[in-house]
Amino acid sequence: MPSDASALPQLRVRGRSFMALILVPEPPVTGWLAALDAQMERAAGYFAQKPVVVNFSALEGDRSDPAALLYALDMRGLQIIGVEGIERHRLAGSRFANLPDLRQKTGGEDELGREIALPSVAERTPAPALVPAVTSLLIDRPVRSGQSIIFEDGDVTIIGALSSGAEVVAGGSVHVYGALRGRAIAGVKSGANARIFCRKLAAELVAIDGIYGTADDWNKSFDDCAVQIQLDQGGLKISALG
Amino acid sequence: MSKVVVVTSGKGGVGKTTSSASLGAALAQTGQNVVLIDFDVGLRNLDLVMGAERRVVFDLVNVVQGDAKLPQALIRDKRIETLSLLPASQTRDKDALTEEGVLGVINELRAKFDWIICDSPAGIEKGAQLAMRFADMAVVVTNPEVSSVRDSDRIIGMLDSKTLRAENGEHFEKHLLLTRYNAARAAKGEMLNVKDVLEILAIPLLGIVPESADVLNASNLGCPVTLHNPESAAAKAYADAAKRLRGEMLEIVEPVEKKGLIGRLFGRKAAVA
Repeated sequence: MPSDASALPQLRVRGRSFMALILVPEPPVTGWLAALDAQMERAAGYFAQKPVVVNFSALEGDRSDPAALLYALDMRGLQIIGVEGIERHRLAGSRFANLPDLRQKTGGEDELGREIALPSVAERTPAPALVPAVTSLLIDRPVRSGQSIIFEDGDVTIIGALSSGAEVVAGGSVHVYGALRGRAIAGVKSGANARIFCRKLAAELVAIDGIYGTADDWNKSFDDCAVQIQLDQGGLKISALG
Repeated sequence: MSKVVVVTSGKGGVGKTTSSASLGAALAQTGQNVVLIDFDVGLRNLDLVMGAERRVVFDLVNVVQGDAKLPQALIRDKRIETLSLLPASQTRDKDALTEEGVLGVINELRAKFDWIICDSPAGIEKGAQLAMRFADMAVVVTNPEVSSVRDSDRIIGMLDSKTLRAENGEHFEKHLLLTRYNAARAAKGEMLNVKDVLEILAIPLLGIVPESADVLNASNLGCPVTLHNPESAAAKAYADAAKRLRGEMLEIVEPVEKKGLIGRLFGRKAAVA
């Protein structure tokens, strides 16, 4: 027996506390559900991916079926991780019978937790989780001398020239549909994979992932040509495009 | 509808004041009501170029600060009835101007004039920014050399971001006036040519003023070249630019070096023979 026990991996258990939203349905339940629907309409993503605990304390004496209420919340996509303020037997026989009763485990405290302000009508912006992150910046006019475009979240595309004395700093690659006369700095976030593209090379400085070069560093034959610039074995490599 | 035009360049000495005076005079010569404002507080020159230096009593700073009324400060030109000048102060600096004060003056002038031409100081600081702030359009004065072109590029960027129109999301009209153009030197590659400048600045061309002693003489005599020597090439270039400002579609002829042309003609003859 002792040998068997030592063959099993040691079990590790960790504890973690996290935030859960505590919903406190109030009678009449149909009216409360309508209010919840209205709230979810205003801020569609508010409950997405958030653990929800249903507290039945306000429904004491109400004769509606608690399992039906949980079912209604489940149908709305809420992720119920526990209940509280309800006698266990009232959920017996339903699919929610095994939900942990969280109140017991916290020692029967009556505390409902801190109240959280719900998004108001004015804040109708969808939850950040649902919006794909912006990964490119398009500038459809020339970047003039003295202007500085800094975009760390991805690629920068410029339709027009990047003037002498202007600079663009991109997290990813830099694309210039025009003459590149100023400074182009690429790969601030994405690193060595970033590239610089331009229709006409007349740059004052180019850099990828911290490796930089000025006009002295490249062959004059590339001047005024359409080129791409990339990192190759730790150095800048310029090659003609099509 | 009056138009507020800022004449600007970034770089100094490229011909802002001369061009303000010449364009203003050319517009006034066609019967338009024109006022020239000198925004170069502390380094005023427009009064000299207009030959009005001994007639200045009150100036822009006095009006902005409420020490004088606008009609007291306006100087009417003696040669062209429809041309007026609002001089700058020579004894103050640019900090004497405020945005509200300048707006008040421009609004008052809008009621009286068809064209309000703001002669900007060089640089990109407060004085230049106030001169462009309330403009409807800009004439960017550029010499065909790299430093002037780069500074103009910088100013164009500011026109697109710091003017009230640009801040309101409206399109800001900009025109390029290429001055001191020397066809012979451009042909030899000693200067940028028209195509180079247009490619870099990418704004529409209003005119090309050839480098000329007529312009210098006129300035020294305190008389815009369009008045002093209207038959000169420079005066014609300014007169045409003024017509284009008014919306006339005139073809722009690139100045050519006369010797070169004759040389080409002879060369051709020889080839035919």
